[in-house]
Amino acid sequence: MNAPVRPLAIGLLALAFSAIVLGRAQAGGGHYFPPVADPLVREECGSCHLAFAPSMLPARSWARLLADLQNHFGDDASVDAATAARIGDYLAANAADSGGRRYGEKLLRGVGAASSPLRITELPKWVKEHREIRNTEWRRREIGSRANCTACHRDAERGYYDD
Amino acid sequence: MNRKKTLCALAAMLALSLSSAATAAAHAELLAHHAAAAKAANPAFAGFSVERGRLLHTRSFAGGKPETPACTSCHGNDPRAAGRTPSGKNIDPLAISVSPARYTDPAKVDKWFRRNCIEVLGRECSALEKGDWLSYVISQ
Ligand code: HEC
Ligand code: HEC
Ligand code: HEC
Repeated sequence: MNAPVRPLAIGLLALAFSAIVLGRAQAGGGHYFPPVADPLVREECGSCHLAFAPSMLPARSWARLLADLQNHFGDDASVDAATAARIGDYLAANAADSGGRRYGEKLLRGVGAASSPLRITELPKWVKEHREIRNTEWRRREIGSRANCTACHRDAERGYYDD
Repeated sequence: MNRKKTLCALAAMLALSLSSAATAAAHAELLAHHAAAAKAANPAFAGFSVERGRLLHTRSFAGGKPETPACTSCHGNDPRAAGRTPSGKNIDPLAISVSPARYTDPAKVDKWFRRNCIEVLGRECSALEKGDWLSYVISQ
């Protein structure tokens, strides 16, 4: 009598658990941005800072960034042409207005179709989400930069921004 | 059972020493490449120096970006410990004793020498400087 109940309960529990995890992953409500999955992009775009999620900028922004990696926010992030093309394809395919739309759509609110912002940290929606953080906080040594997402969002490498 | 274990251990040791032999060969080749370039630039070249490499690593320069005057600005003072970029990304230690996979991909080494020397010194590093620096981190 007891025997068949237990596996069923375990099964249901597992189902409930995966539903929670999936629900979290699929909410796409400004909390989850799938991290970069391509090892080449992680290597080339994730050594100096977090490899920013492709769904945080529109494809035209990624194209603009890739067109001038030699002068990349004061750094030389240039790579050879073939590598740049592969990175560009990946970012364009998963951008906030293409493959990554359901994750990035909200973050793009207020960005005009003709503008291609180069910074996530200058998107109107990003600025709004962070407006309560004081200037002294940004300059704290452990943070150093607005682009240091991981300093405050401990799970940013895994795509979660809800804490 | 016991013999099997011994065999496994032996195989593991062999694999390990083979891979470290391959790493050592890659390092020797990289140093030889820079030595040839250093000799071409200066016929009086008499070999690399770990001590000069250490000085290059820790010295503050004025020619590059003010936020990162030294290699240690990002890589930290202890080559066996992790470093950190200004945007907060951790960098694995430079010392071979802790990061044995380092300096085995010449294209990667070249790329970062170019970027980081310009960042710190405001110019590319010479073959002598690169060889000294590599000798230093490989000795650590
Ligand atoms: C050599 C170091 C380096 C590499 C390599 C690099 N970046 Fe950057 N990146 C920077 C720096 C420095 C900043 C400015 C960070 C800051 O403001 O703190 C930056 C900023 C950014 C920003 C804007 C962050 C913000 O403020 O919202 C994006 C987007 C970005 N990088 C994308 C990329 C992509 C894509 C690649 C790969 C093609 C890449 N980066 C490779 C150094 C690098
Ligand atoms: C100084 C700390 C700090 C840094 C650095 C930081 N954030 Fe945030 N972020 C916050 C806080 C605080 C909130 C608001 C928390 C909340 O509402 O749950 C927030 C909210 C967010 C949200 C909205 C989450 C939600 O629950 O709707 C996103 C998305 C986000 N940040 C992305 C980023 C990205 C991307 C970066 C790096 C480019 C970054 N943050 C850097 C502190 C920071
Ligand atoms: C602005 C931060 C920064 C500074 C300053 C800096 N580096 Fe680096 N360095 C990095 C990053 C980021 C990497 C790539 C990440 C990694 O290899 O773990 C790197 C990697 C390297 C590599 C490649 C290592 C390998 O495994 O192939 C070499 C060589 C190197 N740095 C040399 C130097 C030298 C020499 C200096 C001083 C002249 C210096 N770096 C200063 C950030 C920096």
